[in-house]
Amino acid sequence: MILHQLIDYEILRLIWWLLLGVLLIGFAATDGFDLGVGMLLPIVAKTDTERRVAINTIGPVWEGNQVWLIVGGAATFAAWPPLYAVSFSGFYLAMFAILLALILRPVGFKYRSKRESARWRNNWDWALFIGGFVPSLIFGVAVGNVLQGVPFRFDPADMRIFYEGSFFGLLNPYALLCGLLSVAMLIMHGASWLVLKASGPVAERARSYGSLAAVAVIVLFALGGIFLALGVNGYNITSEINPAGPSNPLLKTATHDGSWLANYRVYPWMMIAPALGFLGAAAALLAMRAKWEGATLLFSKLSIFGIISTVGLSMFPFILPSSLDPNSSLTVWDASSSHTTLFVMLVVSLIFLPIILAYTAWVYKVLWGKVDEATVNDKSGHAY
Amino acid sequence: MELDIVALSRFQFALTALYHFLFVPLTLGLSVLLAIMETVYVMTGRQIWRQMTKFWGILFGINFAIGVATGIVMEFQFGMNWSYYSYYVGDIFGAPLAIEGLMAFFLEATFVGLFFFGWDKLSKVGHLVATWCVALGSNFSALWILVANGWMQNPVGSALNPQTMRMEITSFFDVVFNPVAQAKFVHTVSAGYVCASIFVLGVSAWYMLKGRHLEIAKRSMTVAASFGLASALSVVVLGDESGYLTTENQKMKLAAIEAMWKTEPAPAAFTAFGFPDQQARETHFAIHIPWVMGLIGTRSLTTEIPGIDKLEQQAEIRIRDGIKAYDALMQIRAAPTLDGVAPAVRASFEDLGHQLGYALLLKRYVDDPRQATDAQITQAARDTIPHVPTLFWAFRIMVGLGMFFIVLTATFFWLSARRHLDKYPLLLKIAVFAIPLPWIAIESGWIVAEIGRQPWVIEGVLPTAMAVSSLGASTVLLTICGFAALYTTLIIVEMTLMIRAIQKGPEPDNEPEADLISETLVPAAE
Repeated sequence: MILHQLIDYEILRLIWWLLLGVLLIGFAATDGFDLGVGMLLPIVAKTDTERRVAINTIGPVWEGNQVWLIVGGAATFAAWPPLYAVSFSGFYLAMFAILLALILRPVGFKYRSKRESARWRNNWDWALFIGGFVPSLIFGVAVGNVLQGVPFRFDPADMRIFYEGSFFGLLNPYALLCGLLSVAMLIMHGASWLVLKASGPVAERARSYGSLAAVAVIVLFALGGIFLALGVNGYNITSEINPAGPSNPLLKTATHDGSWLANYRVYPWMMIAPALGFLGAAAALLAMRAKWEGATLLFSKLSIFGIISTVGLSMFPFILPSSLDPNSSLTVWDASSSHTTLFVMLVVSLIFLPIILAYTAWVYKVLWGKVDEATVNDKSGHAY
Repeated sequence: MELDIVALSRFQFALTALYHFLFVPLTLGLSVLLAIMETVYVMTGRQIWRQMTKFWGILFGINFAIGVATGIVMEFQFGMNWSYYSYYVGDIFGAPLAIEGLMAFFLEATFVGLFFFGWDKLSKVGHLVATWCVALGSNFSALWILVANGWMQNPVGSALNPQTMRMEITSFFDVVFNPVAQAKFVHTVSAGYVCASIFVLGVSAWYMLKGRHLEIAKRSMTVAASFGLASALSVVVLGDESGYLTTENQKMKLAAIEAMWKTEPAPAAFTAFGFPDQQARETHFAIHIPWVMGLIGTRSLTTEIPGIDKLEQQAEIRIRDGIKAYDALMQIRAAPTLDGVAPAVRASFEDLGHQLGYALLLKRYVDDPRQATDAQITQAARDTIPHVPTLFWAFRIMVGLGMFFIVLTATFFWLSARRHLDKYPLLLKIAVFAIPLPWIAIESGWIVAEIGRQPWVIEGVLPTAMAVSSLGASTVLLTICGFAALYTTLIIVEMTLMIRAIQKGPEPDNEPEADLISETLVPAAE
């Protein structure tokens, strides 16, 4: 394969760093509202019919949305194998908890409506709540840990990975703050979705809780930034780096005495990301109060885009710093797949992503319109 | 096997993979059957076919939900439990998984929502397109996961990069058009089609025995029998075994399946029955059929099939070559730049680098393979023999059931052609009791493929024992218990819902008989 020489290795790495962000944001912006609706289910919907209204707003789409997570995992495997290997094995029990929660979700959606019994349905409602809450919290906690560095190292002899942290070590104050931010963000997003797609009391309650969540997002995001500036050291690369060099993290040296805010001094344009995080949430709050239903969801997406981009940009070029051995830290320049794999995967993505976006948009268009009590009580039996 | 991290990780993977694979084959086959039924509906305009599509669609949905949920576990587990594997081969193995997501999962998962929710929102043809997209998506996903698995069985198009200490892709084309992957794809999707056909056949036979939903049952049986017969033939004719001999690496698997302890002069005999004894290296009470093995395995009377004894000797030679490759690799990695490496060392690595994996087999016994004793080398060569009795039996169960499915589907195909589907209650009963059999055959097939590859996770490249994460045994034990508890609950819930849905039967379709014109124009196919 000579074709891959068409694009330089370092450019491909940069593109794949951006694509990793696109997939994460894609997941949070689509499946994020499904998780949010799961968390809101017990409080925005009281009666069975109300719950069915809430569930059926996401019924036809959550499955496709969840693929963003699956593809995000697989693309990390393909484009950033060391990142996939270190993070999934290091966060082992946390990943296990996410898996259990994510297993409950599909079966919850599908099986809840199969029986009339109130107890049966109530149990599945809790399953759906856990299926929304646990992943939202843990994803945030994981990001909080990544920002502080994760205790892993590579054995120089054969590049075997050793992780020396514990599950409870993940639950430190800063990580929990990030976990709460993630929960608030996805509740805001789920509420924005319900305001648009649900009707009656469900939409009304979603408006109130969503407004609260948007305020929480602003406060928690600000707190996260303040602590990042005051209490969390960033990482620095201290050796020369070859952006087109082999993907071996141990070829560089790094220290844990920098600042994650340094990038903003060098590249002031990066300030757009945190600004969008705040402004998006504020605008979503405003739109929710003013009942601009479509705009609410859009602003909420903008806020998610800003918040996730802030994390990525603050850490650049680091992807997964190591607190145990800073030299083992994974960066954009030394943790990717080979030149050929990145190129092939880029071609595949450029072919399929537009097709996916096109048919997803078509499906959303077909499903356009509000879900109300009449829809779920329709005797055709198509609703959950 | 003692309770070490390797054994536990393998157990967890086997548990979750075998469980996931209870749901996948039915999804694969039923999605295509749904698309066929709905196509008949759209072409003839007959409401009964829409009713059938909806009814089998309900069962499809119950099954699909767990298939999706347990599939995420599979994808995450490579990183969680097999982190060295993920590091070492992620450059090659990750790509098909990502393509699977982009090409297959999005298609399948986006349109499955429309399949269930879109009946009133789409035109007839629009809904049919959605159904076909679901079927296409699930079959594409089988293609890419088998490209990934085929590479584990026959790792083409890749080489070790000493600078990154991992396998890197050299030809994406070779990885995709790997003959083992292609054979596996056809074999596996056909098996899924058979599974769904037997399921539809058995459930319909039950309705017929009960005298319920006769019109739907009859039509469903006709579709299932014809589709099932074609698929059952395809499973056997395009069976995996055709792929075994195309590559050097799969010879040990073939020898173990056939319990060929000693190399025989061509053409080799086929052992139809017997009790293989791994310790004594012989098969007790063996019944041999002369010539057959040589014919199946080589399609010739003169080509020799190597037995386990010969392959073990070859493995020992490869281990010794692998040690030289390992030595060269260590010198290359120790040098500050590639140019600083002596040409002789580089030549040695280029010559023998592909045998490096065999040196890694010694890592179980010694940290540095170069320090291995002769006894350890002999032991490592012995390790290349997988567990023969397991393979011998799993293979025979799979093949025996495969033959039975041909007979069963052919019988019902004939009955359906003669309009005699309801004439023989005994045959209907057999069809009902046959429902679980495809799953037994399919799980046996998984065992043959994966146990047959041991001690390798990537044949000839990476031993399974090296591929695990550095986790505590108690941590993995905890997650095994967690998965086992959740999965047991789920299968009980799933089976209950399936049985209730089957007992309830198809919903009466209240819609007025539409498109009377098309019905008069198109003579009824029934």
